Amino acid sequence: MAELIKGETGAWEVVLGLEIHCQVTSNAKLFSGAATEFGAAPNSQVSFVDAAMPGMLPVINEYCVEQAVRTGLGLNAKINLTSVFERKNYFYADLPQGYQISQQEIPVVGEGEIEIDLADGSTKMIGIERLHLEQDAGKSLHDQHPSKSFVDLNRSGTALMEIVSKPDMRSSEEVVAYVNKIRAIVRYLGTCDGNMDEGSMRADVNVSVRKPGDELGTRCEIKNMNSVRFIQQAIEYEARRQIEIIENGGKVDQETRLFDTSTGETRTMRSKEDAHDYRYFPDPDLLPLVLDQKWVDNINDNLPELPDAKKHRFIGDFGMSHYDASVLVADKPRAEYFEQVVEGRNPKLAVTWVTTELMGALNKADKDISESPVSAKQLGGLVSLIEDDTISGRIAKDVFAEMFETGKDADTIVEKKGLKQVTDTGAIEAIVDEVLKENPDMVEQYKSGKDKLFGFFVGQVMKKSQGKANPAMVNQLLKSKLS
Amino acid sequence: MSDLTNLTITEALDSLKKKEITSVELTEAHIQAMEQNRHLNAYIVETPELALDQARASDARRSGGDVGVIEGIPMGMKDLYCTAGVQTTAASKILEGFKPEYESTVSKNMLDEGMVMLGKLNLDEFAMGSSNETSGFGGVQNPWKRKGDDTVLVPGGSSGGSSAAVAARIAMGATGTDTGGSIRQPAAFTGICGIKPTYGRCSRWGIVAFASSLDQAGPMARTVEDCAVMLQAMAGYDAKDSTSVNCEVPDYRSLLTGDIRGMKVGIPKEYRIDGISDEISKLWDDGIAWLKDAGAEIVDISLPHTKYALPAYYIIAPAEASSNLARYDGVRYGLRVAPEGGNLIDMYEATRAAGFGDEVKRRIMIGTYVLSAGFYDAYYNKARKLRKLIWQDFDNAYKDVNVILTPTAPSAAFGVGEKSDDQIAMYLNDVFTVTTNLAGLPGMSIPAGLDANGLPLGLQLIGRPFDEGTVMNVAKVMEKAANFTAMPEMAQKKAA
Repeated sequence: MAELIKGETGAWEVVLGLEIHCQVTSNAKLFSGAATEFGAAPNSQVSFVDAAMPGMLPVINEYCVEQAVRTGLGLNAKINLTSVFERKNYFYADLPQGYQISQQEIPVVGEGEIEIDLADGSTKMIGIERLHLEQDAGKSLHDQHPSKSFVDLNRSGTALMEIVSKPDMRSSEEVVAYVNKIRAIVRYLGTCDGNMDEGSMRADVNVSVRKPGDELGTRCEIKNMNSVRFIQQAIEYEARRQIEIIENGGKVDQETRLFDTSTGETRTMRSKEDAHDYRYFPDPDLLPLVLDQKWVDNINDNLPELPDAKKHRFIGDFGMSHYDASVLVADKPRAEYFEQVVEGRNPKLAVTWVTTELMGALNKADKDISESPVSAKQLGGLVSLIEDDTISGRIAKDVFAEMFETGKDADTIVEKKGLKQVTDTGAIEAIVDEVLKENPDMVEQYKSGKDKLFGFFVGQVMKKSQGKANPAMVNQLLKSKLS
Repeated sequence: MSDLTNLTITEALDSLKKKEITSVELTEAHIQAMEQNRHLNAYIVETPELALDQARASDARRSGGDVGVIEGIPMGMKDLYCTAGVQTTAASKILEGFKPEYESTVSKNMLDEGMVMLGKLNLDEFAMGSSNETSGFGGVQNPWKRKGDDTVLVPGGSSGGSSAAVAARIAMGATGTDTGGSIRQPAAFTGICGIKPTYGRCSRWGIVAFASSLDQAGPMARTVEDCAVMLQAMAGYDAKDSTSVNCEVPDYRSLLTGDIRGMKVGIPKEYRIDGISDEISKLWDDGIAWLKDAGAEIVDISLPHTKYALPAYYIIAPAEASSNLARYDGVRYGLRVAPEGGNLIDMYEATRAAGFGDEVKRRIMIGTYVLSAGFYDAYYNKARKLRKLIWQDFDNAYKDVNVILTPTAPSAAFGVGEKSDDQIAMYLNDVFTVTTNLAGLPGMSIPAGLDANGLPLGLQLIGRPFDEGTVMNVAKVMEKAANFTAMPEMAQKKAA
């Protein structure tokens, strides 16, 4: 759904496209055997190849190719059986070779598409332009010495997948949904850990504006965004900036911009005139990357169930709302947790307990589902107790609170506190009789037409039973005794 | 016993085997010769102590019955090969003082087969040149002189230190590398043999890159058989070089049967270029006659795109070089010139301005230009298309012939400074050799005669992919027919 921005001269449409860089989950770099662990001591994971020593040559890491193909298949994209590595030439201190090995003309993955989930429960298809493999650069550190810059090459040569979308998004909300979906997909596939704060997922956002129905406007690229919140802020600022320029009779310059997190504004990084001429050409040290269709098919056959497929299955099998399903599948551990809870149990109860009670408690405690004090098995145990009438939903909430606090099983808590629901007709009847006997006036009034008092009797019975009496049975007995 | 430095590698291997000599004796003789010929400037670094250690170890191995293909033979290593712990410069000031912590695959293969390394041989800076005059460590003198003329001649290039050392008997053999003719042309200029194997036959790992899609390592020695022995030690698949080809290395010496009866030898008409000297023309005819006499069938062939080879080469090679040489930036190793108060760009500019010589700068600029937006299609892409056509020319020709015979270079060795002001004349040195690099084919130069001034001239044999065996077998037949026994005068004096 296009979300238009109101300007002085009418409504404007924002056109957005993303380039997401995902660090490939792999123990070794794209073209060298060096390790890739995050947070190692500076320059401790650098091979002669990564440092571009004279005479060193790249050799492709097959596992990284497999990860890229797996991701491509997860994006419902075409796999190019022949692709070519090219050199992107530019000078920088943290780029030892003086070029980045990347893919330009023929990437390993071609066009695809994914479905994004929006807050109003609707979905939208977003096109994928391509996915290519490339080397990451090292890191320049400018704050370690008053006059010198330091270079850490640990990251140099690490494999990145750059996923380029088509300019199909029309609001920051869609962009956020897209980033979240890409992150969910790579996490389901195990091809990237998706950690934006560690830098293993970063995005460049292309922003342009136009009057609905017009040709595409001139775009600006906002580089290196590593938080969903900042992406949203940057888009909103940048769209307004461009509208203002055009409405004041100006022209948007095609340029690369940076988002300043302290001011919430974007500013020029590189104008078009200063843009690098990267002089791409096929890397003569590497042969074209040729894949076997059978090898690709084998990867395809072994893909896990992906978020969208899972979402549609949840909706179909469990009759849950689109919203609940998309919340559950957005995070793989969450979906797995739910699947364990729902196994052989009432889906409606399972959904409520996972999405409302558990996630509410986790949010309040600022915990991730992987850190939940209540395991899926334990929550399943609690749902079972509700389902077989051992406890009421009301009591279950207290039990859950204690489980969350102590990590104990529902059974243990119910047993120890004697919270089992009373379903023995005789015992409930005795309490009902007692209550009626103790409140003759109320019985009189009820019988003379004050129906509202029914609730009072129920409350009294529940109180006397310490909440354990089966509410349905209480209702039924009261009705027959009072009629 | 004859002067040890005049032995061929195969003769020396034989004497070592018969215990007539030791590797230490052989090495000592060469170290002495190396010291006596420093005026040639063939070596950038001499490693006599290392060589003697290796010779002693070799003698010990030999007495233990563990004998490699080139066991105990003292050789020189072109200073483009990275050698662990020994300065490696590519003859560039930008790498002065650089000691790699790794050994190139080819030099490692040779050490594993018993080589004794005498030192690192001079070359044109980053192998860019045809006369060895672009070296950052001074030019190399050709041990040959024109009759009755003391003009100092160039040894060819880029493997000029290698060719001079082998011709002057200060190495029994030497490694070269060949990107556009850098083994074959200096071999021709100094009266020795040299073969550029098929692209992918020798690993490029650890060899400083000039133009990656063209560079190939190869041996230079005084006989065809010596080249075969050396290539045996150098060649082989290497998983560390993605362009290395996993294809069995035959026993080359056993392929030198001398029998070429029925073999078809192609003579490409396009190589009869304008300006080719009568002497070269006649030499070529001699070569044709020798092969005919040996029972080969001579076939006139056409390689129609030959005239585009040189321009295509001088686009592709600089393009790749401009990118390959970007790593010499003063950040991690080698020369760093950091102007006071300057920034990173200032450091790049000052370092590269001081570290690279004119020819290297010229090629970086040409390469950068042909890859630039707006020129890429007109130059680089067109050159790539031409390269494919040149390859197809050969592919078609090899449907009819086994091997192709051409001259190696358009002239004999020229004087120092005679062509250094005329880049086009200099680049024309490669006119007969670049085609094989563009097509990735094996090519060998052997000394076939002398010109009127008494300088050596070479003929070139070009083979099918990975068919170095046939190339060397035919070369062996020509070597016998040519009976090239001339030596540089300075080497003759010593031998006497």
